[in-house]
Amino acid sequence: MINWNSFFFLLFALVACFFALAVVFTGSVVRMAFFLVLCLSATAGLFFLANADFVGAMQLLIYVGGTMVLLVFGVMLTAQGPFVRMKTDGGQWLVALIVGSSLLAVLITAAFRVESWRRGPVGEAATASTNLDPTATPIGMALLGVRVDAVDEPDAVLRSGLSGYLLPFEIVSVHLLVVLIGAAYLARTKKRVRDRTV
Amino acid sequence: MMNLLTEPVGVSHYLVVGAILFVSGVVCMATKRNALGVLMGIELVLNGANVNFIAFSSPALQGNSGFSIGLDGQVIALFVIVLAAAEAAVALAITLNFYNNHATIDVDQADELKG
Repeated sequence: MINWNSFFFLLFALVACFFALAVVFTGSVVRMAFFLVLCLSATAGLFFLANADFVGAMQLLIYVGGTMVLLVFGVMLTAQGPFVRMKTDGGQWLVALIVGSSLLAVLITAAFRVESWRRGPVGEAATASTNLDPTATPIGMALLGVRVDAVDEPDAVLRSGLSGYLLPFEIVSVHLLVVLIGAAYLARTKKRVRDRTV
Repeated sequence: MMNLLTEPVGVSHYLVVGAILFVSGVVCMATKRNALGVLMGIELVLNGANVNFIAFSSPALQGNSGFSIGLDGQVIALFVIVLAAAEAAVALAITLNFYNNHATIDVDQADELKG
């Protein structure tokens, strides 16, 4: 009997990995941007499958909707021809592929090394894991400084350590403002100052 | 392959997807000469890290004795997404500035600061 959760995981995982490799091996920037959109959308599907519905929605909204539009604008503003190709020579490809494949081998063996990571929930845990609550409300409350998911933590020591995320949230807000001003300042059109009289 | 279809997925499967995205991003950063290609490699690397955070935060993927980091992983993934958007905006501004000055976005041409 087909486990539909595993089926959709396999589908999204294959799409994400295939288009991530397509981003690496294609030459034109426009195609790279399009493949990256598909890869990030499939990753959002993986997030939905892992019960992270709010993060998956934010991935679609901010990454696919915002960052990729930014990148496509960058491609359009810097294009010299319809399809700019910049060749990388074979030696560099060889070194990069050797380093990349050895890194991949290390990471995959590490991923299967721990016994409890290897198999998913079975029996009662599998049926209990299919109906989990939506995560938008706990994440919103955690960003406001209240951990509604941790109030029933039995260990008092652990409970005192589970504070909210109000300070990182404020830091990120100010950081976004600084980035907005800085990006607008960097990308402005400069006026040439000529015949300045001292 | 049939084993994958009938058994529930665990954390390891998500870690493999995250590893493939991460390595693709690293190779992309190393081999692309277009500055925007390097930027897309960075996006892939951050996305691979995000997949790992989500996998460890999800209680639905753990075995019976599994330990999930709970909501913390999802909040960190959200911060990563927001900071990646900010980083893309600044990197794009730098790229446009470089293009205005040099009429190319080949990163091999950006060697004026070479000592």
